[in-house]
Amino acid sequence: MVASTPNGSTSIGWPSRLTKARLHFVSGKGGTGKSTIAASLALALAAGGRKVLLVEVEGRQGIAQLFDVPPLPYEEVKIATAEGGGQVNALAIDTEAAFLEYLDMFYNLGLAGRAMRRIGAVEFATTIAPGLRDVLLTGKVKEVVTRTAKEARPKHSVYDAVVVDSPPTGRIARFLDVTKAVSDLAKGGPVHSQAEGVVNLLHSDLTAIHLVTLLEALPIQETVEAIQELREMDLPIGSVIVNRTIPAYLAPDDLAKAAEGDVDADAVRSGLATAGITLSDADFAGLLTETIQHATRVAARAESAEQLVEIDVPRLQLPTLTDGVDLGSLYELAEELARQGVR
Amino acid sequence: MSTTPPALDMAAILRDTSNRVVVCCGAGGVGKTTTAAAMALRAAEYGRTVVVLTIDPARRLAQALGIQSLGNTPQRVPLGPEVTGELHAMMLDMRRTFDEMVIQYSGTERADAILENQFYQTVATSLAGTQEYMAMEKLGQLLGEDKWDLIVVDTPPSRNALDFLDAPKRLGSFMDSRLWRLLLAPGRGIGRLVTGAVGLAMKGMSTVLGSQMLSDAAGFVQSLDATFGGFREKADRTYELLKRRGTQFVVVSAAEPDALREASFFVDRLAGERMPLAGLILNRTHPTLCELHAEKAAEAAEELEKTDPTSVAAAALRIHADRASTAKREVRLLSRFTGANPHVAIVGVPSLPFDVSDLEALQAIADQITGETEAA
Repeated sequence: MVASTPNGSTSIGWPSRLTKARLHFVSGKGGTGKSTIAASLALALAAGGRKVLLVEVEGRQGIAQLFDVPPLPYEEVKIATAEGGGQVNALAIDTEAAFLEYLDMFYNLGLAGRAMRRIGAVEFATTIAPGLRDVLLTGKVKEVVTRTAKEARPKHSVYDAVVVDSPPTGRIARFLDVTKAVSDLAKGGPVHSQAEGVVNLLHSDLTAIHLVTLLEALPIQETVEAIQELREMDLPIGSVIVNRTIPAYLAPDDLAKAAEGDVDADAVRSGLATAGITLSDADFAGLLTETIQHATRVAARAESAEQLVEIDVPRLQLPTLTDGVDLGSLYELAEELARQGVR
Repeated sequence: MSTTPPALDMAAILRDTSNRVVVCCGAGGVGKTTTAAAMALRAAEYGRTVVVLTIDPARRLAQALGIQSLGNTPQRVPLGPEVTGELHAMMLDMRRTFDEMVIQYSGTERADAILENQFYQTVATSLAGTQEYMAMEKLGQLLGEDKWDLIVVDTPPSRNALDFLDAPKRLGSFMDSRLWRLLLAPGRGIGRLVTGAVGLAMKGMSTVLGSQMLSDAAGFVQSLDATFGGFREKADRTYELLKRRGTQFVVVSAAEPDALREASFFVDRLAGERMPLAGLILNRTHPTLCELHAEKAAEAAEELEKTDPTSVAAAALRIHADRASTAKREVRLLSRFTGANPHVAIVGVPSLPFDVSDLEALQAIADQITGETEAA
């Protein structure tokens, strides 16, 4: 499914190596639609009877809003079915609850955890040691990725894939820097040995980090910066997902001219006449202006996209949904992802 | 659909010399910073001495304003000779503002101890609400300078528009938490034997964080608390300043459901707090410039493409059909907002087809905000 763009530079589509990945982090600047894409990716990966877990880590109840269901509890619940008998479960990780679970599991300190929560110590601890929160969240993610079935299919993973709606681009590298995070904490002990397992998972080809962007200056700037940071940390980058692309409509020559403010008015006029449409002078001028603005926008986006060529990461593209996003459009986007090779 | 909202007259608000502060609020990613910069520029063109406090501008906007470097103090933006006012711009340096406050409130000796403390750097950058607090603090400082006719404030990028109002207080309440007070109590804290639930909690803390870290943290809490007494009072004072006459809140939103929902929350909150709301700037709209119906345009395009797949007329019609359905959706979303907030004045700012990279582009946006498109 890997094809080349017309200008022959960056590959478009899901590279085959990503079919091995079972843990997908989806990040992006705020407002680029990363949560929507994470949900669509989960649906796409669940197609054909697979079981996928969609995880959120920021306590926003974003998944519930997207799927239009009541706020999720801190447990895995079925949230959608995918094409061909697939299933998507959702998990909203609550930091405090995860912290208590952790204390109980690794230190046998369940009671202490509850006492800590009462006096505000959980918030205090995660503030002076911000790495603690990240260790808890990534630790929980590792647990669901590596969990195996007990009865029906022993030794088989419960989930074929896990998709994490991750912190935004500005924080993604820090979020995944488990080694740094754990250095904040008490030396030795179970947290450290568990963190080692998380580090190994994150640096393996089971993991892929995807960055959602729009073809606008700020999101692209942040995407490029995030990719540089992640590369320096040797973390596996999956793809850049360009969201809300707009079709060019105009033929390349016409597009270039229109972006300079030059539309063949006579051709448009005669075309309209052929189609039996008559416009007032004002409407006709408006139509031309709309065309010029559209071409200018497409040209500006193409220029922004140049920066993505330089970073050389596989790219996926999703269209603008002119009617807005609803539950149905999540499936639409999932289909589009599948068309570009996601599986 | 029947409610027509009142029009927001930003030109009048920016010209009115009794207005001294304009605060731009809204969800992240709606174009607050650009809007703030455009309004500040226009007010300077009206002859006023203006400073715009930006939080995290896009590189090109920062370049357009000439503030690539984090100065943390206003720098004058060169404008044409025909402009009688002055525009100054600055980018908030959160860390530096925090440092300056510590120095101001702790005296040099204790300040050094705090600034060198290993937790300070973490707390100064990771504590939720610090950025909002420091933006408020900087606003307070600029107001104190008494040299600005108008201060335009951009607010930190956060998912929730309300964070700007709430975060400073949340910072205060963190400092008031039971644990914080426990760590402060003389002769108590870490070394002392505590029993019961608190003892259990301390044991949990020291297991996870390590006992050395916990006792260092306690030391830090003690040295910072004196400073934060000042911080808390100050946050309250600046908050009160925002309620004064002469402050105008402008809510910025994109024509998207989430952003408009945030705008709605914010409008309610301002009303509840009796804070003055100028109105809503609906950013990046796509009004049609041609009355032709979307479906009719799409049908005609399809007809034309049958004989000429690269017909420029068909392309123009497709472009129009998309724009018309986007416009329709935006009107529908906006009517939901005005239904819930019928008295909020609104002005729409059509989407620019390019990124803002110079003052001319900012002027174009200012023209739209102030409804001065003809005069441009």
